[in-house]
Amino acid sequence: MKKYIIKRVFISLITILVLVSVVFALVRLIPGDPFASEKMTPEIKANLERYYGFDKPLIVQYFTYLKNLVTGNLGYSMFYPNLRVNDIIASAFPYSFDLGMRALSMAISFGLILGIVAALNRGKVLDFTCVLIAIIGTSMPDFIIGATLQYFFGIKWGLLPVAQYKGISYTILPSIALGFYTLALVSRVMRANMIETIQQDYIKTAKSKGISKLRVIIKHQIRNAIMPVITILGPIVAALLTGTFVIESIFAIPGMGRHYVQSIQNLDYTIILGMTVFYGSFLVVANMIVDLLYGIVDPRIRVSGE
Amino acid sequence: MSDKKLIEIDNLEFSFNTYGGEVQAVRGVSFEVKEGEIVGIVGESGCGKSVTAQCLMKLNPEPPGFFKDGSIKYKGEEIITKSERQMRKIRGLEIGFVFQDPMTSLNPTMKIGKQIEEIFIERKMYSRSQMKEKAMEILKTVGISDSETRYNQYPHELSGGMKQRVMIAIALVAEPSVVIADEPTTSLDVTIEAQILDLLRKLKEDLGKSVILITHDLGVIAKLCDRVLVMYGGKIVERGTVDEIFYETRHPYTSGLLSSIAGLDKKRDDELSPILGTPPDLFSPPIGCPFAARCEHAMEICIEELPKEYKISEGHSTLCWLEHEQAPNVKLKAKSYEESDLL
Repeated sequence: MKKYIIKRVFISLITILVLVSVVFALVRLIPGDPFASEKMTPEIKANLERYYGFDKPLIVQYFTYLKNLVTGNLGYSMFYPNLRVNDIIASAFPYSFDLGMRALSMAISFGLILGIVAALNRGKVLDFTCVLIAIIGTSMPDFIIGATLQYFFGIKWGLLPVAQYKGISYTILPSIALGFYTLALVSRVMRANMIETIQQDYIKTAKSKGISKLRVIIKHQIRNAIMPVITILGPIVAALLTGTFVIESIFAIPGMGRHYVQSIQNLDYTIILGMTVFYGSFLVVANMIVDLLYGIVDPRIRVSGE
Repeated sequence: MSDKKLIEIDNLEFSFNTYGGEVQAVRGVSFEVKEGEIVGIVGESGCGKSVTAQCLMKLNPEPPGFFKDGSIKYKGEEIITKSERQMRKIRGLEIGFVFQDPMTSLNPTMKIGKQIEEIFIERKMYSRSQMKEKAMEILKTVGISDSETRYNQYPHELSGGMKQRVMIAIALVAEPSVVIADEPTTSLDVTIEAQILDLLRKLKEDLGKSVILITHDLGVIAKLCDRVLVMYGGKIVERGTVDEIFYETRHPYTSGLLSSIAGLDKKRDDELSPILGTPPDLFSPPIGCPFAARCEHAMEICIEELPKEYKISEGHSTLCWLEHEQAPNVKLKAKSYEESDLL
């Protein structure tokens, strides 16, 4: 197990290095100049370029960036020269993370419940209702769901705040809007797995022992049906964290999404790089945790050997 | 073996509703199982033998399955009308079931020990340590050495033969009076098969259990059973003791089954003679004898009307028109006594 984790961490680090290198190159390939402005004089521009090290060869800049990265320094923003990228992330990420986690936990818990309820009532009204919710969730884009929720809950009925992020009540609508697609996805996968699992031979074995129906469902059916849901958790985490861009702008939430979009428009090299590296590492870690989770749920793929 | 009847099945009919219509899987089956005997049910795939066995524990999914007619009595009590809750008292405790495919019949995410103990967990019959003791004991009984290790292992860490032993352990741990073994050796190699069969024989001889053994392997029947039921098209077409079925065969289907097995007594150039054709469609079973279409001795009456059960001797009977007084005298192929030890 230890060996496996060390190996995974090593692979993760290489993944991040490749990510940094590719993004570093790609950002520089975008046509344009971060300092381009009508008022810019050649002297100021030269000064700025020296300040950011742009006068040095690209390869030197690359290694300087890597060296700073190792110490955790993501550099200064180019558009807001006094702001460090670390500070921008530190102030914006908690909002995105909070929103993402709320959406994630809501999507997984309700998705699983919906899928299980649907499968257990297969072919009945309850099943069709759950399937309908899943179809709406997978086919409607999140910004439409977001706007619809704002209109009904925020404006028409005045139950919940329309926008901003200042307390629990503010978090409900954006979390639903963000997590709805995932909820639908989880419920669909869970329903399908439950239906597949009920036909397995070991369910009949369990029944032949005379144990209660509830125990058969929980210990034998759900336990085995939940596996494939964990498999899609990695991409789900990715989808929820990157998906925040749209939802954040609809609900005026001061998260990372705003900075990300702006930094690309402004050609703010350091923010683009810094955020990509941050997101990248986050996803790599998330995927690693999911991989380790498999082993806990399914003994067949538990990694052997100390 | 005593004469006490544990299971009495009378005219059992069980069907499944499907999109294509009603599949009549079991069409009027009657038999009984006495204390301490091994009853074999033999027949090809789809003849209704597994469905019949699962009816005893009401394990067939309902719906789409449903009981059409008949009765199943266990120790004098009717099974068919029992609720799920009442059935739980019978499943595992009174009747144990060994399923066909040990590879897929164990829960892959649960430890072996837990799967064996599970039968007791909700019933609060034993303390935690007693349950473990029981599980270890039964693992030893079914011939699993190193039970301490096995107890904490998952099914994928065990070989096929081991898994089948665990299946038997699950069926036996609560000491039921009847064990139903549904093709317990189909997926195993011959060496393991011999060991498992030995284990089943011990159940009867040492523990006095009744065993219902379902198989399509006549060799297994010959080695183990006291009485045999030959099933075809959802009906029992011939029944009798092992000797009667093998050496005094009275139904063309049984005879066909016997001549289609390979044996050491066959000469090198002898070809196996398969039964030509396929089993009847149980969506719309024939009005006459289900075997008529494949039977080399079929007469007009066989297609038109179902024969009654003709009694040959006490316990030996056949569902065949050939036994009618007007029928031609046909000598069916059976095993000869000289071949007996070669089977």
